Amino acid sequence: MGMNMTIRKFVRSCVAVTAVGFGVAFTMQTALAVEVERVISDKGIEAWLVRDHSNPIVTMEFKFQGGGALDPKGKEGLAALVASTIDEGAGDLDSTAFQTALDDRSMTLSFSAGLDSFRGTFKTLNKHRDYGFELARLALKEARFEDEPVERIRTQLISRVNQNSQSPNYRASRKIFELAFGDHPYGQSSSGTVDGLGALTRDDLVNFTQTRLARDNLIIGVVGDIQADELKVYLDKTFGDLPEKASSSGVAKIEASFTGGTTVIDVDVPQSSVQFGQPGISRDNPDFYAAHVLNYILGGGSFVSRLYQQVREERGLAYSVYTYLMPLDSSAAVMGGAGTANARVKETIDVIRDVWKEFAENGPTQAELDDAKTYLTGAFPLRFTSSDTIANMLVAMQDDELGIDYIDKRNSYIESVTLKDAKRVANSLYQPEKLSFVIAGRPVGLSATE
Amino acid sequence: MKIFSKSFWAPIAVSLVFASTLVISSIADAKIFDPQTFTLDNGMQVVVISNHRAPVVRQMVWYKVGSADEVEGESGIAHLLEHLMFKGTKTTESGEFSKNIARNGGQENAFTSYDYTAYFQTIAKDRLEMVMKYEANRMTNLVITAEEVVPERDVVLEERRSRVDNNPRAQLGEQVNATLFTNYPYRRPIIGWEHEIAALDLDRILAFYRKYYAPNNAVLIVEGDVTVEELKPLAEKYYGAIPRGPDIKRERTIEPPARANKRVALEHERVTQERWNRSYLAPSYSYGEGQHRYALQILTELLGGGASSRLHKRLVLDDKIALSAGSFYSPDALGPATFSFYVSPKPGTDMSKFDPAIDEELARLIQDGVTKKEVDDAIDRLQNHAAFARDKFGTGARVFGVALTSGGSIDEVESWPARIAEVTPEAVVAAAKHVFQGTFHVTSELLPKPQS
Repeated sequence: MGMNMTIRKFVRSCVAVTAVGFGVAFTMQTALAVEVERVISDKGIEAWLVRDHSNPIVTMEFKFQGGGALDPKGKEGLAALVASTIDEGAGDLDSTAFQTALDDRSMTLSFSAGLDSFRGTFKTLNKHRDYGFELARLALKEARFEDEPVERIRTQLISRVNQNSQSPNYRASRKIFELAFGDHPYGQSSSGTVDGLGALTRDDLVNFTQTRLARDNLIIGVVGDIQADELKVYLDKTFGDLPEKASSSGVAKIEASFTGGTTVIDVDVPQSSVQFGQPGISRDNPDFYAAHVLNYILGGGSFVSRLYQQVREERGLAYSVYTYLMPLDSSAAVMGGAGTANARVKETIDVIRDVWKEFAENGPTQAELDDAKTYLTGAFPLRFTSSDTIANMLVAMQDDELGIDYIDKRNSYIESVTLKDAKRVANSLYQPEKLSFVIAGRPVGLSATE
Repeated sequence: MKIFSKSFWAPIAVSLVFASTLVISSIADAKIFDPQTFTLDNGMQVVVISNHRAPVVRQMVWYKVGSADEVEGESGIAHLLEHLMFKGTKTTESGEFSKNIARNGGQENAFTSYDYTAYFQTIAKDRLEMVMKYEANRMTNLVITAEEVVPERDVVLEERRSRVDNNPRAQLGEQVNATLFTNYPYRRPIIGWEHEIAALDLDRILAFYRKYYAPNNAVLIVEGDVTVEELKPLAEKYYGAIPRGPDIKRERTIEPPARANKRVALEHERVTQERWNRSYLAPSYSYGEGQHRYALQILTELLGGGASSRLHKRLVLDDKIALSAGSFYSPDALGPATFSFYVSPKPGTDMSKFDPAIDEELARLIQDGVTKKEVDDAIDRLQNHAAFARDKFGTGARVFGVALTSGGSIDEVESWPARIAEVTPEAVVAAAKHVFQGTFHVTSELLPKPQS
C-alpha cells in the first residue's frame, strides 16, 4: 500500500490494540503458558515483563502518551521529526558514532510518532545489553539534534510528504480524516506538512524531549531472556531520570463527523483508491468486544468476511477490501478501504453500501457469530509466537487498562457476546446513512467534487 | 497494513532471512535451526523445525515451480493458479478450506515468486492434522471451472493495477528486469504482463497445474510445537498417499553475457523524489560461479549494508549528495542473482554524480582491498541478524523453503555461519572483481516529469 509510513504505523498500532481486545485459548487442549510479571524498579518505574529464554535477546516496547495530534499549529510534524532524529547522536556520540554503535551490534533502537503516542522499540542481544540500554537512555535524555542529521532527516521527511501527496491511497485516506475531524488535531497528518516540518527549530526538538517524555505518561512492555531483578536496574538507568510529569495531556474529545457523502479527488491513475468510514466505538465501551466480533464478520476476517465474499470473491471487483475499528484516545471511527479499476468504482461502492445496510439492519447469523468466536479465540495463541507482538500486547494491556490477567480472561469476553448483543450492537454501530466515501482516481460515472 | 491473501511477494524479503546462526562460542559447530528431514516414498521431502515456544504450528507446502517456469506467452499463470488453489476440489467446496482454517482460529496465505510457489497456515498445534488433510487434498484434486476463472483473473488484474500500474517505481522496476535479463525468464514480471494475464484460460491453467503439482515436486515444512515423531505418521497418511508424478525437469534458458551498459529512465508526473539504481548480474546458489556467494554477502554488507557501510559514509555523510544509499545482494535464486546499488538523491543533486561516485568506490575497493576489520565486523553483523531471525517464528520454514526450491540444501543453510565466518578480505575482492570488472550493468533513474 502506498500509504505514508507514519500513518501506516499508526493504523497498525490501532489494529493491534483492537486485536488485543481479544484473547486466550478456546477450549484448547494445549494451554498457553504466558506469565506476565509486574516489575517496579526502586525509582518506581513500572514495566510488564514476559520472560522467555528461547533466545539470548531482549525486546522492549515503550510508549509515551501524546503524539502528533499535539503538534502546535504551524509546527505539524514535530513528533515525527523528533522520532526520526532522537537516535541521531546523543551524549558524547555524534550521529555517525551513535548509528554505528547500534549497527555494529545489530541493535534496534527506533522511534515513531502516531496521533496519540510517541513510541520506542528496542531490541538487543544479551551480550550487548548494558550498552544498549545506555544508548536508549542517552537518546531519551541527551539527544544532540545537531544540524547535519536534523537537516538531512528533515529533507527526507519533506520528501516523503511530497511523495505521499502523489499517492492515491494516501490522498484518499488523508481526505477522509479531514472530513471526519475537520480542524481538530485528528484531522492533521502525524507525518507533518512541508511548511510545518520546515518551520521546526532545534529548540522545538529539545523542548519536546524535555516536556513530553516523562514518567507519568510512560508505558513499558518487555519480553525476553532477562530476570525481573536485572530489568529493574535497567529501568532505573534508562527511564529513572526522566521528568516526573509530562506537560501535555490528550486532545479534546471529538465526535467523528461523517455525512454519508461521496467525495472524488481527481488523480490520473488506472485504479481508484476507495476509502470509507463512519463513526466508531471507543475501546472502553462495554460493547467493544461485540463490535470487534462484528468487524471480523463484516470486513476484518481476511478470506471469509462478507465484504471479501461480495466484493472480491463473487464479483472480482478488488484485490483487497477490508474494514477495521479505529478507537482513538479522544474519538473513534470505523474505517475501510478497497482498490478497483476506475470503471468499476461505482459498482464497488454500491456493493459495499448494500452489504453495510443489510448488516446494520439484521446483524450476523448465529453461524457467522459462532465462526467468528472460534476464529478470534483460537487465533489468540498465534500472537505469542514472536517477542514483538507480545511486547506490543503488554503495552496495550496497560494502556487500555485491561488488567494483568487479561491474557487469561480475554477469550471469555469474546465468548460472552450473544447473538442478541451482536444484533443490537450492529444496529447501533453501523450507520449506512453516515458511511462516507472518498475516491482518489478517475472513477467512471462519478463526478469529481474537488 | 493488512495481509491480503494469495498475494505475490517480491523475493526481496527472503534474503535478510537467509542470515541465521547462534552467536555463542564455536561458530563452526553452531546449528541454526537444527531441522530434521525425511523423504516420503513418492519423493516428497519433509522438513521439521521444532520450536515449542507457543502451542502453534505453521505448515508450508512449497512447489518447485514459479513464474520463471512459465512458457512464453503465459506470464502470470503460476500466480493465477496460486489464487485458484483456494477454490474447491473433488471432495471439498470452493472456500471450504479457508472457512475451516478461520473457524479453527488459523491464518493462511500463499505467495508466488520466480522459482517457487508456497502455501501456508498457522494454527493451534492440535489442528495440524486438519490443515494437512486439506493441503494434501488440493495438491492433485483441484476442481475449477471457467466461471470461477473469470472473476479471479479480474482480482489479479486489480492486484496488478494496485502494485504496478498505480506505482511509477514498480513500473520502472519491471522495465529494469526486462532490460537486465536479456534471455532469462526473470525478465518477465512474476504477476505477468497485463495482456497475457487477461488471456489465461482454464485449459492452460489446468495443464500447468497437472504438470507441476505433484509430491515429487513439493516440499512439506512444518515449524513449531511438533516433533518429527508426531509429524511423520501424519505426513505419510496424507501426503504419502498421493501417487508420484512424472519426473519434472526445470528447463531454463541461459543468460548470455551482457555486451553493453544500458540505461533506463522513467519521467513521471507523480514522482517527486528521484531514485538512482544500478544492477549487475551475479552468481547465485545454483547459477554461475557460486563459490563467490558467501563473499558477496559480506561485500554487500560492508559496501552498502547500513550506517557503518562505505556507501552511506561516502554518499550520505561525506559528499552529502544522497538522503540514503546502499546495496543489495541475495544468492537465493535458481537463475542468476543480482547485485544492485540504490540511492535516494538529495533534492537538487545532479543525477550524473552517482555513476562516477559508484565507479570510484568499486575501483577503490578492487585496487586497495578491504580491511580485515571491515570483513570481521560484517561477519559479526550478519551473524547477529541471524540470531534475531531465529527469534522470529516462521523464519526457519521460509529459509528452508527458499533453499530447497532454489537449488540449495539443508546442509547449505545449516553450515551458513561457518561458511560466512571463513570469508577473507581477499575473497571479497575476488568476488567484487568477478561481478564488477569487465562486466556490464543497467542503470535506472526515476525522475519527476519536467513542468511544461
